[in-house]
Amino acid sequence: MPEPLTAVNDFVVKFANVNGSGSASANGLFAKAILRMGIPIASRNIFPSNIQGLPTWFEVRVSGEGHLGRRGGVDLMVAMNPQTWDRDVAEIEPGGYLFYDSTKPLPRSRFRDDIHVIGVPLTEICNAAYSDPRQRQLFKNIMYIGALSALIGLEPEVVEALLGEQYRGKEKLNASNRAAFHMGRDWALAHLRPIGLQLRRMDAVGRRIYVDGNSAAALGAVYGGATVCAWYPITPSTSLAEAFERWCRRHRTDGETGRKRYAIVQAEDELASIGIVIGAAWNGARAFTCTSGPGISLMQEFLGLAYFAEIPAVVFDVQRAGPSTGMPTRTQQSDVLAAAYASHGDTKHIVLFPEDPHECFEFGAAAMDLADRFQTPVFVLLDLDIGMNDWLCEPFRWDDGRRMDRGKVMTAEMLDAGTTFGRYLDVDGDGIPYRTYPGTHPSKGAFFTRGTSRDRFAKYTEAGPAYVDNMERLLRKFATAKSWVPRPVETRAAEPTRLGVIHYGSTGAAMREALAALQGDGVRLDALRIRAFPFHDDVMDFIARHDRVFVVEQNRDAQLRTLLMVEGNVDPAKLVPVLHYDGTPITARFIRRAIAEKVQGLRIGPLHEVAAE
Amino acid sequence: MSFLPKPKLHHPKLPTNALGYTRRDYEGSISTLCAGCGHDSISAAIIQACWELSIEPHRVAKLSGIGCSSKTPDYFLGASHGFNSVHGRMPSVLTGANLANRELIYLGVSGDGDSASIGLGQFAHIMRRGVNMTYIVENNGVYGLTKGQFSATSDKGSKAKKGAINTDEAIDLVALALQLGATYVARGFSGDKEQLVGLIKGALRHKGAAFIDCISPCVAFNNHEGSTKSYDYVREHNEAVNRLDVILGRAALTADYAPGTVQEVVQHDGTVLRLRKLASGYDPADRIAAMNYLQERKAAGEIVTGLLYLEPEAEDLHDHLGTVELPLNRLDDAALCPGAKALEAINDALR
Repeated sequence: MPEPLTAVNDFVVKFANVNGSGSASANGLFAKAILRMGIPIASRNIFPSNIQGLPTWFEVRVSGEGHLGRRGGVDLMVAMNPQTWDRDVAEIEPGGYLFYDSTKPLPRSRFRDDIHVIGVPLTEICNAAYSDPRQRQLFKNIMYIGALSALIGLEPEVVEALLGEQYRGKEKLNASNRAAFHMGRDWALAHLRPIGLQLRRMDAVGRRIYVDGNSAAALGAVYGGATVCAWYPITPSTSLAEAFERWCRRHRTDGETGRKRYAIVQAEDELASIGIVIGAAWNGARAFTCTSGPGISLMQEFLGLAYFAEIPAVVFDVQRAGPSTGMPTRTQQSDVLAAAYASHGDTKHIVLFPEDPHECFEFGAAAMDLADRFQTPVFVLLDLDIGMNDWLCEPFRWDDGRRMDRGKVMTAEMLDAGTTFGRYLDVDGDGIPYRTYPGTHPSKGAFFTRGTSRDRFAKYTEAGPAYVDNMERLLRKFATAKSWVPRPVETRAAEPTRLGVIHYGSTGAAMREALAALQGDGVRLDALRIRAFPFHDDVMDFIARHDRVFVVEQNRDAQLRTLLMVEGNVDPAKLVPVLHYDGTPITARFIRRAIAEKVQGLRIGPLHEVAAE
Repeated sequence: MSFLPKPKLHHPKLPTNALGYTRRDYEGSISTLCAGCGHDSISAAIIQACWELSIEPHRVAKLSGIGCSSKTPDYFLGASHGFNSVHGRMPSVLTGANLANRELIYLGVSGDGDSASIGLGQFAHIMRRGVNMTYIVENNGVYGLTKGQFSATSDKGSKAKKGAINTDEAIDLVALALQLGATYVARGFSGDKEQLVGLIKGALRHKGAAFIDCISPCVAFNNHEGSTKSYDYVREHNEAVNRLDVILGRAALTADYAPGTVQEVVQHDGTVLRLRKLASGYDPADRIAAMNYLQERKAAGEIVTGLLYLEPEAEDLHDHLGTVELPLNRLDDAALCPGAKALEAINDALR
């Protein structure tokens, strides 16, 4: 029997539950209580494409050091789902702990010899205390949180305070939840001893907030001035539209009339969603849709129209595992190319890669400005991991002096002053033409928007030179965007190195942890986190400065690497793919092992010599 | 190209409307459709209707999909913004445009391929939502630009120019619009401009989803013996239930009409729609009766035209959504951005 695991503020707890059993709020309470003790956590829901009855898991990584990526492995399993018992038990690290409902005795064969088993007769306690079946179920959840609090040192005062906030004004509910919590806690105090995994109050959370990326992106859209949202329900993006509605109801309802300063349409499909967005943006409103991979596939034709006719559109793509229906409730970064080159013909689109909810908010607002500034679709590529999980991240920030950048819009005054208006005329040499909103002026500035080829004054033409002139201008416009989109973030190794690593999106947290571990292993890497396409010049400089650059991604085909090769004319041999795509969030353990192996395989000699060059 | 470009100058005595505009001010580019195309007559009727109603051209947004009919917005209202969007998807673009600015007049122009085949879904949903617009389908039962394939509104048994007989059941967009809740439903014929102008005027003044199915023969591919969308066939089988005069502001009923043959309906904005009844007993206020009547006459081989259904006090999508009066595209930072203080409270709630 291995020694029981011992750790303070550094372990993984996993809850195995049944979908629809009400466990989510109890588990959320557990996570938030740890945060309130000043201890950083990373939490993730793992759930199937199902409404009720199938297994669901909630994983909490407690990390005093602040690692926010998924660690892998489980130290304490709270096994509340008989359906998944065997695999849940198998997942526990040797020396780890199994917490279970011991009301019904289980044969020895259902356990493992190398783990520590903690039985609490939850059902029995519940059945004794409650007669209503629904209450029995719901309070059982809060009761195991109570028992756990005694086992791992979760402060009961913190839990009570959180319950008080949650049930403010509903004193009866507050009291009954508190009672259930203490019922579990008291039983554990009387019958069990604390385990080797302990929480200890610290001050490592600071002013950070705990929020999911979809809510954050939706809030960014509110702050960015979006007024029209058209969407079609699809996991994992649905909660983004729902959050937009929630934020708007609170912050965009006219105080006097109760009327809305926003319009949300649940469209009949993704084609209509993007069509509505394009129509609204053409008419001068800020509009967005949110979807996932299958929706991006459906929107292709319209995205080409928006690119070619130069109409702003913001698309939040909360990526899931593809292709086809794929794994709807699993995460991936597999829409990079589909977004960057969406639609037939020669197209390129602006794509933003937020790494956490803080950046979802920032980029959600920035996308509205960029779409107007460049009169083109802008993708914000979240993924299920960022979008649907609560992350500990920097608080949202806003400068009240900031104003919407509506881009180049010609007004009636400008037209009256005699300014020449050519809808596709490159007046400033940056590739960005002026547009007019419909209804601007009785006799000037009207034009016919079309997906067919046209000259600089929006007149239909199939003349080759006029077509080429326009396509070249679109490239100039795209080049201008390079310096407007969020810049990449570089982290240098402690000592100079010829090895680099590029990563993006939700990989950031695991990457940072892996970098520290690799540094300890003697592998020095400069790291560049790419935040947008088109690539800023810094990206190609970074690649040029290194002999080998690992590109860490959560897809099979190394899509960002392809984009780097194609757009930067980079020698493929220079970019080494590191790919994780089984649908679970990438871990530091995986990155560390994969890069260490590849460094050996590259036979680039002793690393200190490389560094000394 | 059917015509020589018209000179910009016009006769000084051309009549002007209340805005001082002549009909010429409502024209667009020169049509590139075939000589005799029914669509050009519809464009002319739109021009006439807008001129008669003294609509400011730049307050109209013209939207279309893809096809012969969808090209026509280039040929009228040259001072309006136009949007020739994606095949079958004009309804969504129009819906978005309408959400952005509720003050403009939205005119959607589509064809039978665009609305009944590739775009049937979007056609259905824009009617359901009650978007405030005039939606005209220039219905010729055939694909013109791709040279003569049947469309989804081709009648079963109708003959193609090359001799093929259509074996698929036709989609009746009027029946669909009625079933899906459109609040102004009409059918016109491009060969009867007098009736059509009235129908378009009524639709433009209607608040809510106004739909006009306009039979518009294709002279190149669907005007032959055996076609049920030819000029001759439609003239022979046209059963007009009424004719519509649109009167801005209330005007006294003159004695020109025989008793019992005129019905007046006041729309939400005060416009009076004066229906001269042709089919006795036809009541355009009764949606279910309208649906029954259409089916009945269709079975008898007739094409019913006129204002078929009207709900004068209809609601539109903005009413349903409860949006503010000021167009969303005019809301400024102060109206849209909750600001730093509100954000700090949001942060606090997330700790």
